[in-house]
Amino acid sequence: MDRSMNNLNKRKAKAMMLKAFVWLCGILTVGILIYILLFILLRGIPNINLKFLFGEYNSETLSAFSSIVATVQMIVLSLLISVPIGVFCAIYLAEYAKRGNKAVKAIRLAVDTLAGIPSIVYGLFGMIFFVNILGFRTSVLSGIFTISIMILPVIISSSEEAIKQVPDTYREGSLGLGATRLRTVFHIVLPSAMPGILSGVILAIGRIVGETAALIFTSGTNVLKNPSLNLFASQRTLSVHMYMLASEGLPHSRNMAFATGSILIIAVFIVNYATTKLAGRIGRLSND
Amino acid sequence: MQNIKRTNFSENIMQAIFFLSAFISVLAVLAICLFLFMRGIPAIAEIGFMDFIFNEKWGPTNTPASYGILSMIVGSIYVTAGAIVIGVPIGLMCAIFLAEFCPDNVYKFVKPAVNLLAGIPSIIYGFFGMEVVVPFVRENMGGNGYSIMSASLILGIMILPTIISISESSIRAVPDNYAEGSYGLGATKEETVFKVVLPAAKSGVLTSIILGIGRAVGETMAVVMVAGNAVMPLDKIELFKPIRTLTTNIVTEMSYASGLHESALISTGVVLFVFIIILNASLSLIKSKAQRN
Amino acid sequence: MIDKLKIENVDLYYGEFQALKNINMNIQENEITAFIGPSGCGKSTFLKTLNRMNDLIEGVKITGKILLDGVDIYKDMDATVLRRRVGMVFQKPNPFPMSIYENVAYGPKTHGIKNKAKLDEIVEQSLRSAAMWDEVKDRLKKSALGLSGGQQQRLCIARAFSVNPEVILLDEPTSALDPISTMKIEDLLIEIKNNYTIVIVTHNMQQATRISDKTAFFLHGEIIEFDETERLFSMPKNKKTEDYITGRFG
Repeated sequence: MDRSMNNLNKRKAKAMMLKAFVWLCGILTVGILIYILLFILLRGIPNINLKFLFGEYNSETLSAFSSIVATVQMIVLSLLISVPIGVFCAIYLAEYAKRGNKAVKAIRLAVDTLAGIPSIVYGLFGMIFFVNILGFRTSVLSGIFTISIMILPVIISSSEEAIKQVPDTYREGSLGLGATRLRTVFHIVLPSAMPGILSGVILAIGRIVGETAALIFTSGTNVLKNPSLNLFASQRTLSVHMYMLASEGLPHSRNMAFATGSILIIAVFIVNYATTKLAGRIGRLSND
Repeated sequence: MQNIKRTNFSENIMQAIFFLSAFISVLAVLAICLFLFMRGIPAIAEIGFMDFIFNEKWGPTNTPASYGILSMIVGSIYVTAGAIVIGVPIGLMCAIFLAEFCPDNVYKFVKPAVNLLAGIPSIIYGFFGMEVVVPFVRENMGGNGYSIMSASLILGIMILPTIISISESSIRAVPDNYAEGSYGLGATKEETVFKVVLPAAKSGVLTSIILGIGRAVGETMAVVMVAGNAVMPLDKIELFKPIRTLTTNIVTEMSYASGLHESALISTGVVLFVFIIILNASLSLIKSKAQRN
Repeated sequence: MIDKLKIENVDLYYGEFQALKNINMNIQENEITAFIGPSGCGKSTFLKTLNRMNDLIEGVKITGKILLDGVDIYKDMDATVLRRRVGMVFQKPNPFPMSIYENVAYGPKTHGIKNKAKLDEIVEQSLRSAAMWDEVKDRLKKSALGLSGGQQQRLCIARAFSVNPEVILLDEPTSALDPISTMKIEDLLIEIKNNYTIVIVTHNMQQATRISDKTAFFLHGEIIEFDETERLFSMPKNKKTEDYITGRFG
């Protein structure tokens, strides 16, 4: 009896230690995040000024204005390409495809593969295909096409997930009234799945904003004095801007790298906040 | 009558469009393979497969030039292994914390924090590594700070969200009655979690580790900013010395490369790509095995 | 006869809802005690209070006293110690996703037995007691999830034996099983009752009459009647009991 009590104390001590360790790792993870955020924001935000945000680019301002415009341009146009393709693909997979179909297997395999390919490989492909073979040169356009392929799996998976969550009763209701399958998809299924699709789109925006490696060889590292919507010009996005400033190694450019990092972090904040909000709406929808 | 025909027609057209859109993913993968291999394979043939993969001498601008990437393959393996050693234990414990021990009011903060960690761009991690991790390693562990150690630390942090989210959901997916069985035998909460729940979630945990490996192997920007990027002969590779990986080889030299040099960099990408394909294949193997059980 | 478990004035609440009302009973050693009653009557809830499995559910409040060999299990006993002494078999067979051997060895390992020979011995003994040693001795290393439902449930019983408990609680252990597996388990319980105290919740009144010495009838969280099984079924004192056992409701 005595021995088993001893054993119990030993077990309890071990359990306490494990629990403490698990808590520690949770705290450590949050701690790392807070450290990174504060480190960048505290040094970056004081360096953000009007000239940096909206001024002409020169060695003095190191303005991010044209990069911001290029980034927005890249977001809008690549979404314009990938959202329809991605959502249609999701509709096909969730609504039309038959189980065990060979084409479906190939499509799923392809989507999984695309999701796993590192950005540097996308960069190489974009350089070979869009820049050289198709002759788009190092330009925003090459960047847009490369990025469109890269974000495709994000949009497909979140859209498919959202479409699958639409209750079958909705479809039955619509089909039962004599609506065609197509009408049901566009008027019933897609609107109900919209929050999920949007959260995929926002995730994709996050990826575009943060992307560097896939863009260096496609859209390039060039910076224009003033913003331009010229798709055939080589332009850097915000992340590439930060990379260029950081690798310059001068104190002033370092400060501005912190400033650019702060803008990126704020963008990531907004993206995350929006996705969580939308995810909350999906939860409520399926509760009905 | 005519109306029905028209709806049938548009139905068929749209279905074809849906299918074609879906097929674009397949085309994209095929195109990536095709053009990467088209540019990469001839270069590997010209250099010689053995000389490319198993030679540690990389000197594209030397005369005669040499194109061996062995030291970068080894470099990629080292930094990835380092990332796993650092990221997996912390990430797994954090996943256990979130799934089993975290009170609801704490969860509300930790979970979004993990999501935020996943959303931070690599460039920020790289810059943070350059400004914080590199000096820390330099001052406390020796060398100039740009090293395998710094790259492993940064990558270890970067794979945390992948490890945490996937492991957490697989731990949550373990049926409650396993835990009940363990409690019924007089096991404590901790014993139950570590000896019954965690082993039951192992295929999900394994998946998270493989995805983490994929992320670490393929990461470029964060590594290029902290690894020092010097090509090291195999016998000179050390934890606190610089290293060059497959990804950073491409990004550091592409801007001035041409001819066979440029092709050799693309071939480096091919090696990376093949490695990722192998990882993906092992993932689907795990998936199908888990489904069979 | 010795009172193994004494239950005094036990009330149990899930939040606002009172699931058990003033339960009093004595459960005797080396007997099989059966709890019967319609679903939702509190019989399973009560069973789980006997080894504090309800502790795991949030918002449960229990008042009153439960004594195991005279010791208050809620005040003076650690839950892990209690659950070693009072083992449990669940409604749905829940073997761990491990080998057959590991399933049975898990309990003793948890309680600090590391010696391989000793573990081998416990595993064999437990499986023999559950009358399944011969069926599985050649595939101890195989996954327990490959066993049939009935085998899985007997494995769970063997697993309960492995920590050498004094009391075994069974929560509708045969409700998910076929008649032959059910019979095997019933035979097993009768065989082992001389060494244990057994409490079984059952939906099946025939099962209660076949194996139990005493039976308690639960309704709306109360014990309506508790008596020798034979007497309770042949001449119930309470009208509600009579209605239930003659199938007039529930």
